[in-house]
This record gives sequence, C-alpha cells and structure tokens, in this order.
Amino acid sequence: MKPAPFQYAAPESVEETVALLHAHGTEGKLLAGGQSLVPLLNMRLARPSVIIDLNRVRTLDYIREENGEIAIGAMTRQRTAERSPVVTRRLPLLADALPLVGHLQIRTRGTVGGNIAHADPSAELPAVLAALEGSVVVRGPGGTRRVAAHAFFVSYLTTALGPDELLLEVRFPAHEHQGSAFLEVARRHGDYALVGVGAVVTMAGNVCQRARLAFTGVGPVPVRIPDAEAVVTGKMVTDGVLAELGKLVTHMIDPTGDIHASAEYRKEVAGVLARRAIRAAAERARMKQMRMR
Amino acid sequence: MTTQYFGQRIKRNEDPRLLTGGGTFVDDVTLPDLLHAAVLRSPHAHARVRRVDTAGAEALPGVVAVYTHGDLPPSLQEPLPRLIPHPALVHHKTQYALARDKVRHVGEPVAFVVAASRYVAEDALDLIEVEYDPLPAVVTLEQAVRPGAPLVHEDAGTNVCAHYTQRVGNVDEALARAAHVFTERFVIDRGTAAPMECRGVVAQWDPRLRQLVVWDSTQAPIPIRNGLARLLGLAQGGVRVIAPDIGGGFGPKIMMFYPEEVLVPYAAMQLSRPVKWIEDRRENFAAMNHEREQIHDAAIAVDRDGRILAVRTAFLYDSGAYIPYGLTVPIVASTTLPGPYKIPNYHCEFRAVFTNKTIVSPYRGAGRPHGVFVMERLMDRVAAELGIDRVELRRRNLIQPHEFPYDVGLIYQDNAPLIYDSGNYPATLEAALQKISYEHWPQERARYRAQHRHVGLGVACYVEGSGIGPYEGCRVTVEPSGKVYAATSVGTQGQGHFTSFAQIIADALTVRVEDVIVITGDSGAFGWGTGTFASRAAVVAGSAAHLAAQAVREKTLLVAATKLEARPDDLVLEHGRVSVRGAPGKSMTLAEVAVAANPLRGTIPKEWEQPGLEASRYFAPPRGTFPNGVHAAIVEVDIETGMLKILRYVVVHDCGRVINPMILDGQIRGGVAQGLGGTFYEKLVYDESGQLLTQTFMDYLLPTTMEVPEIEVDHLETPSPLNPLGVKGAGEAGVIPVPALMAQALDDALSELGIRITEMPLSPNRLLEMIREARAQAPSPHPGPLPQGEG
Repeated sequence: MKPAPFQYAAPESVEETVALLHAHGTEGKLLAGGQSLVPLLNMRLARPSVIIDLNRVRTLDYIREENGEIAIGAMTRQRTAERSPVVTRRLPLLADALPLVGHLQIRTRGTVGGNIAHADPSAELPAVLAALEGSVVVRGPGGTRRVAAHAFFVSYLTTALGPDELLLEVRFPAHEHQGSAFLEVARRHGDYALVGVGAVVTMAGNVCQRARLAFTGVGPVPVRIPDAEAVVTGKMVTDGVLAELGKLVTHMIDPTGDIHASAEYRKEVAGVLARRAIRAAAERARMKQMRMR
Repeated sequence: MTTQYFGQRIKRNEDPRLLTGGGTFVDDVTLPDLLHAAVLRSPHAHARVRRVDTAGAEALPGVVAVYTHGDLPPSLQEPLPRLIPHPALVHHKTQYALARDKVRHVGEPVAFVVAASRYVAEDALDLIEVEYDPLPAVVTLEQAVRPGAPLVHEDAGTNVCAHYTQRVGNVDEALARAAHVFTERFVIDRGTAAPMECRGVVAQWDPRLRQLVVWDSTQAPIPIRNGLARLLGLAQGGVRVIAPDIGGGFGPKIMMFYPEEVLVPYAAMQLSRPVKWIEDRRENFAAMNHEREQIHDAAIAVDRDGRILAVRTAFLYDSGAYIPYGLTVPIVASTTLPGPYKIPNYHCEFRAVFTNKTIVSPYRGAGRPHGVFVMERLMDRVAAELGIDRVELRRRNLIQPHEFPYDVGLIYQDNAPLIYDSGNYPATLEAALQKISYEHWPQERARYRAQHRHVGLGVACYVEGSGIGPYEGCRVTVEPSGKVYAATSVGTQGQGHFTSFAQIIADALTVRVEDVIVITGDSGAFGWGTGTFASRAAVVAGSAAHLAAQAVREKTLLVAATKLEARPDDLVLEHGRVSVRGAPGKSMTLAEVAVAANPLRGTIPKEWEQPGLEASRYFAPPRGTFPNGVHAAIVEVDIETGMLKILRYVVVHDCGRVINPMILDGQIRGGVAQGLGGTFYEKLVYDESGQLLTQTFMDYLLPTTMEVPEIEVDHLETPSPLNPLGVKGAGEAGVIPVPALMAQALDDALSELGIRITEMPLSPNRLLEMIREARAQAPSPHPGPLPQGEG
C-alpha cells in the first residue's frame, strides 16, 4: 500500500494553485485533508501524476458571516467548523452533521471543502449543503463563479468543477430561526451513512410552511424529493402526515445496494429517517418559537 | 508460598515501555543495507498459472531480486510443511511458498520482489506479467460438496479432505424414544482476526557466523526456528527466531509456515543482505488465515421435563484452499459443543471442505463459539417449545459440582480424553443471573414493552478448553545485581506475560515484581517450546515459571546455608534477603547469594549441582484444563432500522485461581469486543467468482469503543487440580458465548414477531429483513407508534 510515483507541488496562493491546475489539467489532483485521497493513492486506485498540496494556501481557512450566509473557506478543517460558535448558532443542521463525519482524528485533518469537492454520495456535508440550498464559490483561469448545490453535485464523486478549477469556499444559508435535524444510520459511529437525511422546516405555529429534505447514501448525489417535501408543506406535523411522508420517500427513492445494505433496506430506512427527522426538526422549530415569545 | 503478588490487581510491568513508544515491533527493526520485499498475489480465486514474466520488474532500477516458484531451491519448491496430522485428514494439502502451476485463492503468493524500498518493490509488482487461465471457483460450502463441483485439488478427487465422527452412547436410539426432538440448521460466516499489527518478517544472515536471525510477528518462534533450520539446511543453533513485541496475534499467527516466513529468510541468505517484509492491511485480509465458516445440521432430543437425552450435529467446515493446520478448529467445535450440560448420547461428525478462499486456521475461540452457538440455540429452542424458562432448563441439565472430574467421553484437540477437571457450573450461572437481575426481568421486560421498546435479555453458558500440552519451559536466573531474569519461549502478543509471570516468580523469590524481567519469544534466550495458543501460556508456561522459581528458591537457601553456616531449614527468605531464624544479624541479600553461587576461584559444593542461582523447569500437563463462564446481556433493537444497542453486558467467569484480575478483566473485555464484532459487524464477503470484497476497514467493520458497551466482569475461582498454580486459561473466554448470547437476547427482544436467530454474523440489513419477513407472515397488531424524537 504505497502510492505509485507522482510529482508533488505545494503552492502558497490561490493564483499559484489555479495556474498549476491549468498547467497539469486532469493529471493534477488537489490534496486537502487527504482523508479520502491518500487511501486511494496508497491502494493505487488513484494514480495522478501531480499532487497539488493545498495545505500551504493559508487564505482558504476562515468562517465568515455574510448577508445571511456563512462562508466557510475550503481548507477549514471540519473540526474547526464543528467547534465554531458561528456554526453552532447559525448553522444548526451543519452542527448536527459534523460530529457524524468520520472520527475526531479524521475531522481534525479533513476539510469542509475537501469533503464537498470529493462529492461522496454517502457523505454528510453534501446533503447538508443540498438541504440548505447552499452554494460553492470556485475559481478558474477565467475568474470566480458561484455554483448552487443542485448544480454542483453531478454524479458519484463528480462535481461541476472543471479540471482547472479550485473550490474556494462553501456558503451555507444561516437557518437559526428554522428547525433542523440531521439523522443517519451507519453501521458504526463515524462510518459513511447507509442512509442519512438532513431536514429543515419553517414552522408557523403548528403548521409547516416549508420543508426541505436531502438524503445521503441513496443515490449518486444528495437526493431531494420535492413530492415528499410537499406532503408536509402547509400541514400540521401529525403522525398521519409523517406516515404518509415515510411511505412516499420509501416509494420514490431509488438507491442501489452494496455489501452493507440492500436497496430495499435503504428505501425503507430512508422513509423512517425522513419521518423522524421532520418530527425532530418541527419539534426544534416549535421550541425556538416558544423561546422567542 | 507467600502470596504477595499472585492475585493482585497490579499495573503491568510492560506498560511504561509500550505506552511511551519503547516497544519493538517487527517493523521497528531497521538494519544497515536493509532491503524491502513485496509479494505479487493472485487476483484470481482459481486459475492455472501459464507463465510468469519477471523481466520488466527485474529491469526496474532499485530492484535487487525477483523470485518465482522455479527460482527457489528444491526444499522450498515442495509444498510447505504439514502441521498437525490426523488419521481422518486424508488430503492434507498445504500451500507452496510461491504458486507452482495453479493458484487456489485470491491473495496466494505468485512472485516475490526484493528492492531498495517498499515503494520500488510495489512498482515492480506492477511490471510482472502473469498469464492465468481462470478456472471455475468453488466459493460456498454447499457448492464445494455438490457432485461434479470443480476441484480445488484435482489429485484429491474430491473437495472433502476429512470426514470425522465422534460418538458417545447411542444417539439414534435416544432420538427414537425421546418425547421431543427438534432440528435446526445453523450458519456461521467468515471472519478474520484483524490484529492491529499485520504480519511481518525481517531476516539477517551473517555468512561468517553462519547465523540467521529472524524477527517474525509469530505466536510460535521455536517451531518456526526448527522448521527454518530444516528447510534452509542450517543447524537449529544457527537460527535465532525472535518474536518481539507483537501487536495482537489472536490465533492466525500460530499458523506456520506462511510463505513469507520462508521467502524472507531465504532471500536474506541468498542476497547476503537483510530483508524486511511488512504485510499491509490489504494483504492481511487475503493472505492471513481466516476463520469461522461452518454450517451445522443439529438435533436435540429431550424428555418431557426438558432433560437432554441426545444431541447430534453434522457440519461442514470450510478449510479454504489448503489445510496446513489440520483439523483443530472443527475438532474444537465438536468438543466444545456439549458445554456444561450432561448429554448422555452425543454424535458429532464433520466434513472439512476445500474452497477457493483463504486458508482457515484457529482464531480466538477456534471453533468454540460455533459449538456454543449450536448448543445454546438448541437449548433455547427446547425452552421455547416446551414452555420451560430458559434458565430453569439449563439448571436441570448442568453438570453438578460433585461430578468432577467429568468425562465427556470425547477426544479433545490434544488427543487426550475430554475430561473437565473442576468447576462449579450452577454457582457461575446463579452469579450471572443475580448480576443481571434475571429475577426481575419479566417486570422489566413488560415495562419496556409498555414503552413500545423492543428489549431482550440473553444468558449463555460455555465451557472452554484451555491449557493443553505438550509442554513449556522457563529458566529463572538471579543475577549478581539482584535482578531476576526469566526466559520462556512462548511469545507474547499483549497478554501481560511480563507481569503475570513476574508475579509468580516474585512471590517465590520474595522480590519486587518490577525486579523480575521476563523475556519471551526469543529462541536465543530459551530454545524449547511450542507457542502461544489455546489459552495455554499462563497454565503451561506460568507453571513452568513457578517450578523454576521454586527451584531457584531452594538453591538460594542451599547456597546461603553454606555461607551463613546454618541449616537450610533455619533460613527464611523475605523481601529478597535470606536470614537465619533467631539471628537477625546473620543475613545475605539475593544479590550476595547470587555472587556467592558463582565464585571466581575456589570450589563449589557437590550439592549445588551447578553454579549460579539459575534453574530451568518444564511443565507438561496431562491434558487440558477447563474454565467456564456465563455471559448475560440486555439488548435493544430499533425494529424500524435493525440497529442494536447493548444496554448491559455481564460476565461471570471461572478460570481457576486468578494471577492478576486487572489483566484478566482486559482479556475478557477484549474477547467480548471481538465476539461482538463477529456477531454484528465483521463479515468477509466473497462474490460468486471468489473475489474478496472486504479488503479494507471501510468494508470489514471492527467494533470500536463507540460500539462496545461497558462490560461488567466478575470472577469465581475453582482451582484446577492439574497444575501447581491452580490456574486455567482465559485467552478466549470473552469471545466464546457472544454469538449465542446475542441470538438469545434478540429472540427475546423480537419474540412478538416470532423471530429465531440461526445465523451469524447479523447486520442491520439482515435483521430488518427478518423483521420484515416476520411481519409479512404474521402481521403484528401494531408496528408501534412512531418513535419519539431522534430514534
């Protein structure tokens, strides 16, 4: 388990990184926290000719509040985000999901940007970004552009990033006034989810005005099901409504199976988690309303 | 004997060294001019090897040598040694160091590269071209015994390499006249030991001294030395095998020879340069021996009161592609099955079967969990069918304290009769029941049900064979510094031997435990022994250490008597000092006696026999000693996700006299953790072509601290009469009853659904599947209301 030979570059700025990406094209591979890339290299499943190490690019490590969004620099360690008071206060869904990303040691190295750019369909953060309808900011030779979550995640381990583009930051809409919950079933604590779901609801009294659900582990990208969200929208969150939601999710979701869980398992449990997540999110929203009164 | 340290919960001598990074594991051995090896392994489960072209690899800068089967000397072109022959093992097939004309499992070594670094060695593997003709693979046990199945070894003419039966009484007659007979099929799938340290070998050849030194992450350094000497044409004294600190063995490292264990020393000799090979995790999954896979068809016959009349099992045992280690695992499964119960009629037979999968040899438990799973599941079946409380049923059938020694009527893995030496099975059971409050369980259970929670309790009993022969030895020396050195050849893989053996010796010589320095697993320090396996080190090597220390104690008194001009009877040895009773001024320290025992000039008295304060002693037990235990647990199932939570886990364990309860607790807890792994998490998955799909820790799931619950452990102490310390083995106790226990607890938790667990390991996926099937068959009145909050 030693990597095949590669060249190594350690740029210190975004500009330098973009230039290296432009020069090496698909032969270059960015190294952020290394929690996914290094095992792939060691198993020789990935054989890039050039590794571009981002760890000396200091300007990508930040958490900023901007216009109702929280911008997290791509090289911000997951552990830093997890411990950030801004994340805890303003991004409760992300705060819920971060402790489920691997283990403490992994989060201490792993970065927010790396997790999003790797686009593992079983990872937690892409589902959080999708549920919040957030976006990413990327830089290429032609300049900077913003890409919405739904457009960014293209397929299994595939994003809208061009070969010469660098993910600069991830923008999560603040949602401290909404109710949210991230639930997952994983074989062990810290494993990729067999099924996971992020839920965000806006409540008016006991009525759900808006609900968003994004699933992980059940498709090539984070999965949204508008019909399922519609089931709870404009309704009181009752056992009956939740049961209908669960059934619909189970019916509509189309996962594939693997050695850890069959497609049937994922379908069924996605329905269960959707129900539980909406119930928990609605409960939290009501608690917030009560505190605000 | 003054028992100052024996039985004390003292901290381990080795921990300061290990915790501060001072351990020496095989990969810590670095030598000048060291070369690094890598192994090209078969990507096919079953294929003919037409051609191996190593030219590209040899041309790569940094590559020093590339070996294939044809490059090896005649002694290494033969199949590797057969370890434990058995009359029933008619096709005792062993693997080649490097594949000759056929590969029989994914991961089988085909070529061996030695290079300047491991990186270059792995680059070279990419450049070796092998032409394979893939053959149909035999993957499952059922497939392997089907008529017309592809043959793993054509010349055997069958995939069944052994068919062995043991009988007690007359099972057929008992089955015919019994009030009730229940039959069941039990399936246990594959797992692996996954030690934290994979295998590794470093070898250094000194052509001037004609001395080969091998560092090997093995549980059997002495047999490795003896075998290497024979295979490489060296004197045993010309080979030194060191099993240094080892990051876990758990059984697979008792297997020998793994191909790398001969290839690395051979290459070091041939190249006259030291060579290192360190197994990586991916290799370990396919190349280190596996365990567990068995299919049992079992039956139990009972009378109206649930008294056992007969038990029968016929099972298939998957040996993998070769069977170097012989029939130990299926024999242990067969002989562990009866457990603590009186079974007047017993019939067990097994067929050991070749498949195109990694070799199987003992892994912690070594067939014991299988036997216990079958027996305990049969007992649970009887209890459920007859409406007898499961614990009451067990009480009625337990061997009673006055019935020891109890002859089960079988032959054990050591070819000695299976005779339980001592024990108090009812007391163990009652202690466990009390600890888990079994008496209150019906109310407790009802309370959970009222909350719509699916919580179940399990209680499982077992008897463990341990401490078998043939022998181990120990040499104890008091040096002129007053420090005591003890050398034994059993290797240590984390069991605390540096402390437990020191406790035994410190007591005999009345020294501080930290002044006893134990050396293990180095054939240069002690050259006789068989290895660390079958929960035997404390029993066999511990007893040898005790005997050697007692001999040194006697010698100390003898020498001191001469020097102090007193009779040995008048001497007292206390706190490392010999003094004359009633004459406090006349005394010598152990150090002074050690100096006196080895004079530079003058004479030594005839009765001293030899110079120095030193003695070697061997202990050869007549047969194994049998600890027993009961585990109990309370488990909750989320019936909507199949996820489990263990609410309580209780162990009551009797392994005779306890040397160090802290070390013992650790052994038990570690075993339970591995048992839970084999119950819920760990499963090696092969596809239909024999590809191993689980070759990383992302796919093969070990339980972590997050999954393993608090484990409450209590000990009873029924001494063994078979050794001077009264101890029994404890290495495997934790793992043995876990699958049986969890199955029973799950049955209890899911009893409304009528689910009966007959297979291991389980997964949330499989549990939910069973729950779904059960609900479809008998729609339960309500699935329970929606769970509250985040379930």
